[in-house]
Amino acid sequence: MLLFVLRRLLQSIVVLLAVSGLVFAGVYAIGNPVDILISPQADQAEIARTVAALKLDRPLWEQYLAFLQHAATGDLGRSFVFDAPAIGLILERLPATLELAASATLIAVGLGIPLGLWAGIRSGSLAGKAILAGSILGFSLPTFWAGLMLILVFSVELGWLPAGGRGPTQSLFGVPVSFLSWDGLAHLVLPALNLALFKLALVIRLTRAGAREALTQDYVKFARAKGLSEARVIGVHVLKNILIPVVTVVGLEFGSLVAFAVVTETIFAWPGTGKLLIDSIGVLDRPVIVAYLLVAVTLFILINLLVDVLYSILDPRVRMAQAGG
Amino acid sequence: MAPGQAPAARVAADFVESRLALAGLTVLALVLLGALLAHLIAPQNPYDLAQLDVLDARLAPGAQSSDGRMRYWLGTDDQGRDVLSGILYGLRTSLGVGVSSTLAAAAIGVALGLISGYRRGRIDALVMRLVDIQLSFPAILIALVLLAALGQGIGKTIAALIAVQWAYYARTARAAALVESVKEYIEAARGLALPAWRIALAHLLPNCLPPVIVIATVQIAAAIALEATLSYLGVGVPVTEPSLGLLIKSGFDYMLAGDYWISVFPGVALVITIVSINLVGDRLRDVMNPQLRR
Amino acid sequence: MAAPVLSIENLRTRFFTKRGVVRAVDGVSFAVTRGQVLGIVGESGSGKSTVGFSIMGLIDPPGRIVGGAIRLDGRDLRQLTPAEWRRVRGRRIAMIFQDPMMTLNPVLRIDTQMIEAITAHERVPRATARDRAREALGRVGIGAPDERLAAYPHELSGGMRQRVAIAIALLHRPEVIIADEPTTALDVTLQGQILAEMQTLARDSGAALVWITHDLSVVAVLANDVCVMYAGKVVEQGTVDNVLDRPLHPYTRGLIASVPSRHPPGRPLPQIPGMMPSLMQLPLGCAFRDRCTRASDTCRSDPPLYSLDERRVRCFHPHVEEDEAASASERAEEAP
Repeated sequence: MLLFVLRRLLQSIVVLLAVSGLVFAGVYAIGNPVDILISPQADQAEIARTVAALKLDRPLWEQYLAFLQHAATGDLGRSFVFDAPAIGLILERLPATLELAASATLIAVGLGIPLGLWAGIRSGSLAGKAILAGSILGFSLPTFWAGLMLILVFSVELGWLPAGGRGPTQSLFGVPVSFLSWDGLAHLVLPALNLALFKLALVIRLTRAGAREALTQDYVKFARAKGLSEARVIGVHVLKNILIPVVTVVGLEFGSLVAFAVVTETIFAWPGTGKLLIDSIGVLDRPVIVAYLLVAVTLFILINLLVDVLYSILDPRVRMAQAGG
Repeated sequence: MAPGQAPAARVAADFVESRLALAGLTVLALVLLGALLAHLIAPQNPYDLAQLDVLDARLAPGAQSSDGRMRYWLGTDDQGRDVLSGILYGLRTSLGVGVSSTLAAAAIGVALGLISGYRRGRIDALVMRLVDIQLSFPAILIALVLLAALGQGIGKTIAALIAVQWAYYARTARAAALVESVKEYIEAARGLALPAWRIALAHLLPNCLPPVIVIATVQIAAAIALEATLSYLGVGVPVTEPSLGLLIKSGFDYMLAGDYWISVFPGVALVITIVSINLVGDRLRDVMNPQLRR
Repeated sequence: MAAPVLSIENLRTRFFTKRGVVRAVDGVSFAVTRGQVLGIVGESGSGKSTVGFSIMGLIDPPGRIVGGAIRLDGRDLRQLTPAEWRRVRGRRIAMIFQDPMMTLNPVLRIDTQMIEAITAHERVPRATARDRAREALGRVGIGAPDERLAAYPHELSGGMRQRVAIAIALLHRPEVIIADEPTTALDVTLQGQILAEMQTLARDSGAALVWITHDLSVVAVLANDVCVMYAGKVVEQGTVDNVLDRPLHPYTRGLIASVPSRHPPGRPLPQIPGMMPSLMQLPLGCAFRDRCTRASDTCRSDPPLYSLDERRVRCFHPHVEEDEAASASERAEEAP
């Protein structure tokens, strides 16, 4: 197990290096790094200072090493707009994004598994077909459009929920979260639902397909032959087999949730990293863009690693294979 | 299924068995027609400023124009532009960007995939590592970053969409090429010292087409949705050639004020387009891949 | 003779598929008493497994039992509510499946799967249930039962898994055990072992055993009675001695002739020509007629199941001595 984690960790570092190389190439080789990393308002002395600090006057490989060195120490440049370290700006807004993504995951799994089970077990019923149709629609609705419709219906027409912004936050273990107050929760519902929609459709599909497959398996028939109640057959024998692929996919998709938060945060004016990225793109605040990219990449790699480990804990067969090899 | 029946005819025969898919195909045909003939059927040219009347700004659906010459069936936007006309022209941009980027990505991806699968070795390792790394990141993020670096524009948007899509085709084509390239007739062709590109074109390409066609159909829908999203975020197509996404963006502020139609109708057009393509794509996948049939 | 613990009367089970109705079981009747073994023999698609699942009440849609009675101690299970039938399953009638690799849930530990089988029918503390699970594993010859209980199915061999399934079936000392080819998927050496163990276990517990198989040689050593099934119908049934020693139905004869061990070595093994017809498009009359050397125009009408020579047979031209044959075929035509 430890060996497996170490091996995956090593792979992750290689990927991170490769991506940092690509980002470096994007920033340094294609554009002029002086333009990208130094504020247009900077004076000559400032430019000279930065050029020296980033070794922009040195050969390319030295520049890359300097870039890596700075990145490793958390120095990804200063934001032109906020005049603050870019990495700090990102990390400051990360909890809001993670809260949104985690809430969306919770909705997708909490609603998706029961709905998918129902659609799988009663696939011929009207409700089963309606759930399937809904999940197909969920795949086709672009996130931003679904978000607009949520605002139109629940905020503009019905006036039930706020159209945007994040409610008041409380500190939970030192992290600001908004789901502890009613107002905060009310602000969270629509964006979380919006971000969840696509994954909800995905979880429903996965669960439905898994349930349909499991129901034809001998082990389900044998479980019934033992005289188990239907609740136990579905709730334990079928569900446990479905959970493995669902958890894996949901875990792997967490990264894409963080990415799609860019859209949701922009629509709902949610003060997370995604909105910061779009704002920064709008005003060409490039160090923030670079910083966002590297933080996001690191996050994805961490998520992939975590999912792999979690998967091996969930599935006894994989656990076995790893112990053997 | 009668043996010897042409595959295309069989696929077509199977396809029409699903009414839902047939409905999707019909709607899609109408959408395509509307986009292609926009300049003939649209009530006005929404980008000819001479045809716009500021007095007609933000009229509700069904309103008469102030000069009494036409009716705005879907209302007007803040500049007095007929929303229906805007949608027809917007569809043209959306479909154009979606289809052209998908075709280009398929061509590039399939070519790289075939080379990888046929040549193996270092080229294969390099291309597939690139595919793996790219596919582990969400498409929207890659597209956003590329457009942030490149700037706005139709050509740049297409380029970004190609960049996020090629990897799917490369992986699919490579898998098909790998399976096929160990078969005896390919060995025979190699033995005849036929040039690699001829073997690839004549023998490997036809075998990887069915899965590629299925992926391409679904990817066109994904590309249209992604383009709309990028344009909505303000990094996609420019205001001079608005797509549906940009139309939706331009109406967002008025939607909060209660003038829903400026955003909602282009959005409905977008969703109808995507849903109809997905219905067709789902059915194609079912009929072209017999193993998936249940 | 003791009253049968399980008796099946004119059981009919059909599958209503999109392409048509499959008459998987079409009018099957038999009875077994405690301590007896009934073999149901047939090739795949003959409906023999469907008989087993029908008795368990485990026919999945689009299948349905459409007629007949399944009597356990005289009580027709088909009259029970689903909840009542569930309480019969696993407690009074247990079933062992063909493929031990597929019957245990791959993601649940053995102890979970055994304990739930106990607590489904009895309110006992977990610890007691676990003790009983351990004992049950011991009874079927599994060493180090504590270790096995904590294992996942993939950590056990095929034979071990089938023993676990047998142990689960025996947990509640059921009155009837249905075994659906439980040795087919195992190594030959294991087959004999499991067979012998099953026989002893069933005899000791006094259960009636219904053994479903395609293998006549298994029936020969194990069973008291046998039902030969073809295309959803019983074609011959009686005691093993009568049916296997003096088969009357041409199909039974063909089956016996194609058992390798009964055949002199070096000569080609006789086979029944042709294939069993699709249950969806059964020809009118005898379903075996296209493969039968004795078929005549009479066989275009349905042969009834009638008594002849101490057993029941469904054939117009049974393999009897020539003088008997004429009268037999007469009798068959007179039968309703």
